[in-house]
Amino acid sequence: MNRHHADNGAGGWRELADGLHGLRAEPPATLAPAVLERVGLADAFVTVDGPAGPLLVAYNGRGISATAPGADAGGFAERFQARFRRPLRPADRPPARLVAQVERLLAPGRRGTPPGYDLRGTTEFERAVLAKAQEIPRGQVRPYAWVAGELGQPAAVRAVGAALGRNPIPVLIPCHRVVGSDGRLTGYAWGVPYKRALLAAEGADPDELERLGRRGTRFFGSDTTHIYCYPTCAHARRTTDRHLLRFTGAAEAAAAGYRPCRVCRPPALAG
Amino acid sequence: MEPQPELPARLARDLDGSFEELVLAHQRLVYGLALRVVADPADAEEVAQDTFVRAYHALAGYEAERVAAMRLRPWLAQIALNLARNRRRRRPPPARPLEDGDGQPMSVAAPAAAQPDQLAERRQEREQLAELLAGLPRGWREAVVLRHVEGLAYAEVAEVLGRPVGTVKTHVHRGVRQLRATLEAREERTRG
Repeated sequence: MNRHHADNGAGGWRELADGLHGLRAEPPATLAPAVLERVGLADAFVTVDGPAGPLLVAYNGRGISATAPGADAGGFAERFQARFRRPLRPADRPPARLVAQVERLLAPGRRGTPPGYDLRGTTEFERAVLAKAQEIPRGQVRPYAWVAGELGQPAAVRAVGAALGRNPIPVLIPCHRVVGSDGRLTGYAWGVPYKRALLAAEGADPDELERLGRRGTRFFGSDTTHIYCYPTCAHARRTTDRHLLRFTGAAEAAAAGYRPCRVCRPPALAG
Repeated sequence: MEPQPELPARLARDLDGSFEELVLAHQRLVYGLALRVVADPADAEEVAQDTFVRAYHALAGYEAERVAAMRLRPWLAQIALNLARNRRRRRPPPARPLEDGDGQPMSVAAPAAAQPDQLAERRQEREQLAELLAGLPRGWREAVVLRHVEGLAYAEVAEVLGRPVGTVKTHVHRGVRQLRATLEAREERTRG
C-alpha cells in the first residue's frame, strides 16, 4: 500500500494533510488537574505527622489551604468542598518542599521559611487575628483579650474567638495557643482535649496553666528586673522561683512598680 | 472540545468559574504545540502547565473588556510557543523520532478491524512524518504545525507567529512541499 505515491498529485497532498493532522497529540489526563491546582482552583492533600497524631494538609499553588487532625480523608474532603467549593483529591506524590516546610514548622526549636497559606475566603479581621496567633511562640499561650488588644480592638474578644474558630488551617496556624484569660482552654473546633494535647506536645503545661488561672494568677513578675510577663513567656520561665512574684492583674503589678514585658506585651493596666 | 465563542465573555465575568473550561477547550492545542517543539512528553506537559498558569494570571490582571475581546486560541498558542522555544533552547531534544505523548498508537480513526501489522505500519508512517516535520527549518515547521497539525486558520497562524498572512502562507507551502518531496523520494527508493 503506497500511501504517499509519487505521482498521485492532489491525492498525495490529501494524505499528507491527513497525516499531519493525525500528529495531533492527546494531552495527558494529568494536565488539567495540575493546572487547576497550580492556579488555586483545585486542591490536593497529604497526610503528615502532626504534634498530636496524623494531620491532613490540603494545598494548592497559592499555599496551604486547610488542615484537619486525624486520618478521615473522606470527611475532610467533604467539609473542604462544602466550605471552599473546590475539588480536593489525594496528592499523586507528596510535595517534597511543602512537606519539609510543614515538618520544620512543627519541629521544636527549628526555624525555616514558613509555608505559604491560602487564606482566600477569610475576612481582613480574621486574617489579622490569625497573623497574631502566629506570633505566639511554640510552648506559649496568650489570652483572647491579648489578641484583641494587640489589634487595637480590646472590646472585640468574642470576635477574636469566632475568627480563631474559623481558622481554616488549625495546628499550622496555632489558634490553639490562644486561651481564656483565666488560663482555661475554652473552645476548640476539634475539641478541648485535642487542644490540650497540642499544647502539651509543644511543651506548654496546660494543666498547670489552668491551676494558675484558678488561683487568680495572671502574670509573673521578676523582683530583679521589675518586669511582669504572661506565665508562659520565655522571660518569665527563666526567672527562678526565689525571684518570682505572682500578680492577679496589671493594676496590681503596676502598683508594685512593675512594667510590662516588651516581648510578651501584657496589658499595661486593667487586665 | 472546540472553544465556545462566548467563553471570553464568561471569563471576563467569572475567571475562576470559567477557567477550567478554557483549559479543557485548549489543552490539546497547547500540549500538542509544545510537544512538536520540545519533543519530550514530560517537558511538553510542563510547558503546557506553565502556559495555562501564565494565561490565568494574565487574565486575572486584564480589564474585563479586554478579556471579553480576546482571541484565546492564537493567544494561548503564542504563549505556548514562546515557552516551548525557551525550553528547547535550554534543552535541545535528542535526535530521534517523535512519538505521541503516551506512546500509544495513533489515535486517528483506524478501521475497526485493523490488523496489528496495519496498525504498526500506520504508526511507523506517523513516526516517519513526525521526524521529517521535526527536520524542517523552524519558521516552516512552526507554520506547518499551527496550520496543518493543529488546524489553525492562516489569520490565526499569522497572529501567533507575528508575521503577515502572506509570509505565513509561503512558509506553510514551502514546508509542505519539502515534506512531500522527501516522502516521494523515499517512495522512489523503496520501489527501487
